[in-house]
Amino acid sequence: MYFGLSEDQIFFQDNVKKFLEDNAPIDVIRKIANEDDKTSKEDLHKGIITLGINNILIPEENGGLGLDLLFATAVSQSLGEGIATLPFTGSYVMAPIAIKYGANEEQRNFYLNEMSNNNINFSIGFSEFFGSRNESELSFSKNKVNGKTFFVMDFDYATHIMVSNKDGQLGIVSLESTGIEIVDLITVDKTRVFKEIIFKNTGVDILENTLSSKEAVDNAIDAGRIVIAADSLGASKAMLDKAIEYSKERKQFNRAIGSFQAVKHMCAEMAAELEPCYSILWHAAHSFDSNEKNKKIMACHAKSHISDISKMISKKATEVHGGMGFTDLLGLHYWFKRIGVNRQMLGSPEIVREEAAKSQGL
Amino acid sequence: MDLNFGKKYKDFTKEVKDFCKKYKGIHFIDSSKVPLSGSFQSGEIKMTRSDWQKILIEKGYFARSIPSEYGGYGGESDIIKSRIIAEEFAKSKIPPPMGGQGIDMLVPTLLELGTEEQKQKYIKPTLHGEIIWCQGYSEPNAGSDLASLQTKGELIDGNWVINGQKIWTSTAQYSQMMFCLVRTEPNASKHAGISYLLIPMDTPGIEIRPLVDMTLNAGFNEVFFTDVTIPEENIVGKRGEGWAVANATLSHERGSLSDPNAMMNRLNSLIDRMKKETINGEKVINNPVYRDKLMKIQGKVIAFQSNSLRVLSAKLNKNQDVKIAGMIQKLVGTELRHELEGFAIDIMGELGTLYENSPNIRDGGSWQIAYMYFLGLIIGGGTSQIQKNIISERGLGMPKEPKVQQGA
Repeated sequence: MYFGLSEDQIFFQDNVKKFLEDNAPIDVIRKIANEDDKTSKEDLHKGIITLGINNILIPEENGGLGLDLLFATAVSQSLGEGIATLPFTGSYVMAPIAIKYGANEEQRNFYLNEMSNNNINFSIGFSEFFGSRNESELSFSKNKVNGKTFFVMDFDYATHIMVSNKDGQLGIVSLESTGIEIVDLITVDKTRVFKEIIFKNTGVDILENTLSSKEAVDNAIDAGRIVIAADSLGASKAMLDKAIEYSKERKQFNRAIGSFQAVKHMCAEMAAELEPCYSILWHAAHSFDSNEKNKKIMACHAKSHISDISKMISKKATEVHGGMGFTDLLGLHYWFKRIGVNRQMLGSPEIVREEAAKSQGL
Repeated sequence: MDLNFGKKYKDFTKEVKDFCKKYKGIHFIDSSKVPLSGSFQSGEIKMTRSDWQKILIEKGYFARSIPSEYGGYGGESDIIKSRIIAEEFAKSKIPPPMGGQGIDMLVPTLLELGTEEQKQKYIKPTLHGEIIWCQGYSEPNAGSDLASLQTKGELIDGNWVINGQKIWTSTAQYSQMMFCLVRTEPNASKHAGISYLLIPMDTPGIEIRPLVDMTLNAGFNEVFFTDVTIPEENIVGKRGEGWAVANATLSHERGSLSDPNAMMNRLNSLIDRMKKETINGEKVINNPVYRDKLMKIQGKVIAFQSNSLRVLSAKLNKNQDVKIAGMIQKLVGTELRHELEGFAIDIMGELGTLYENSPNIRDGGSWQIAYMYFLGLIIGGGTSQIQKNIISERGLGMPKEPKVQQGA
């Protein structure tokens, strides 16, 4: 019995963390976010691809690393911790999983091979399935897609976009097709790229198995939720670490503020709530990898619980920094905003908890 | 990640399941003296608690790693087996072995620090439930700051003579013995002046007054000592070493206050209750607000349970660091359990306020009892605030509060 990350997983996780520490300090993140510094961003992307994060979930026979979701989860913690201004959850986790379950053999081999060569990069637009809003309406007919998907993630280096209709059927659209209108969305988190996409009679390759089964969309969303939760967990850890460090250095009334119980207790509360988040996160990823029957419940709870704890930590850790926490100078807000956007991606906590209830027959 | 325990434990689980089947419906002819241990009153097999303890020891289901010369099973300590036993017993509602402060705290202390005579004399009857112990630590003016305790012990003509008062003493009224912290070195510094004494409760000069708690049970007592005289050899460790001896046992206590499996059982009972209760003709479980809150609590319980698996794993795999994950269990476990019990009251509304043997009461009023009982556990064994000091100072390395005064 061993509950936790393996040595290999920790090694991979540490490599990603170290890469971001070395190559993406706060001023680089700021440049990418504020000035749209494409060169810095592309250097980062190229570098991180050489670490193999795009290939984690692609089978070895298709040129990938053939690793499991717990690996991706471990890596995602580091991406959140280091505010990676890069695609991951949609492009490198949800897309290969959706293809694994939803594609016929020909589709599977084509897309996975091209993904492992980094010739195809996916952006993901599944909102229509788990939480459709006024803005959206998307339909497939024959090999065409029409309508709008209103919140597409990981668009950064997209060559293709994978969309879901409300029934969980999945279609792939090449961005070279005609009839695509791309609308830039501006979220509070300027380190990541989101779009609204409008299709007008656009050619689409529908993943064949998704016509009769929701397995692909369900698994992709479960996995996506776990990996986003990992990202928030990493971001929360970074915020807590910074708060503790600051509380030891900052002096008021001739004492480090960390020696005051009010501050100490805030940090203890954050740590006490954060520790079980690692546990539920890895447990959920493990349930997914071993295809346990409670895997959906675990994925939902990992996402909603960690979203709540991360929200709490993003507030308290900012408060420990006092006025400095509120400034752009310190840059704490990048973590705050990352946590804020993650919370809504692939379902806000209430939506996800309702899914948890339904999936256990309540 | 590997959550399987392997074939050896599969076989062991089957053995325990068979044992549970054999003893299903057991009930005791003597009454329960362990608070909240549950009642097992419906069945054919009758025996005393002491006989049950002996059966469990013989099988190795209790006192597993305690040497056989002191009345234990004499096997290797095996935390996975302990866990399987606890889970299977809970599932089949077989009474668990007796706990209490003698078994959970005194026995490990004696094994570590007691003399050979003390081990021979006390451990076996304690394991058999023949000696019940109470813990004499807290005093009216020594709570969170336990080391400032003032109950006095003087060595006069080869006997300890004890004067003073203890409080929050659970089970004092049933106990044959007390393990007690007493100030024996009045001139030494606060922590260095304490000794750990073993006091027979029938010694003249001991007065026990029940202390009724908010559940209206006398769960605690006040114990008064007036010239209580006991033999000099009733000391564990040396004079003035009592604080170190007590700390060996406090670490045994903190782990035992929050059991994630019991919490999961309670959550499942809550879900059953929500399926049965209606409000304005609709099932409570279908009310979106209550549903969401239930799911929120379920998420926390799963996180807490997963966390205890991680802590267990670190005991089996020495390279894992779970220092903080272990430290937070008392704080998170007791607060979460209190929240869960309180939410169950809310879903019943006015019916949730019923108590004792009221008409219309649900689940024997257990939700109100546990709601209050767990508030007691939030406070007892180091309050949540003390836990936060420990987590921040020892876990997160934050600076200590400057000391305002020194000495006892």
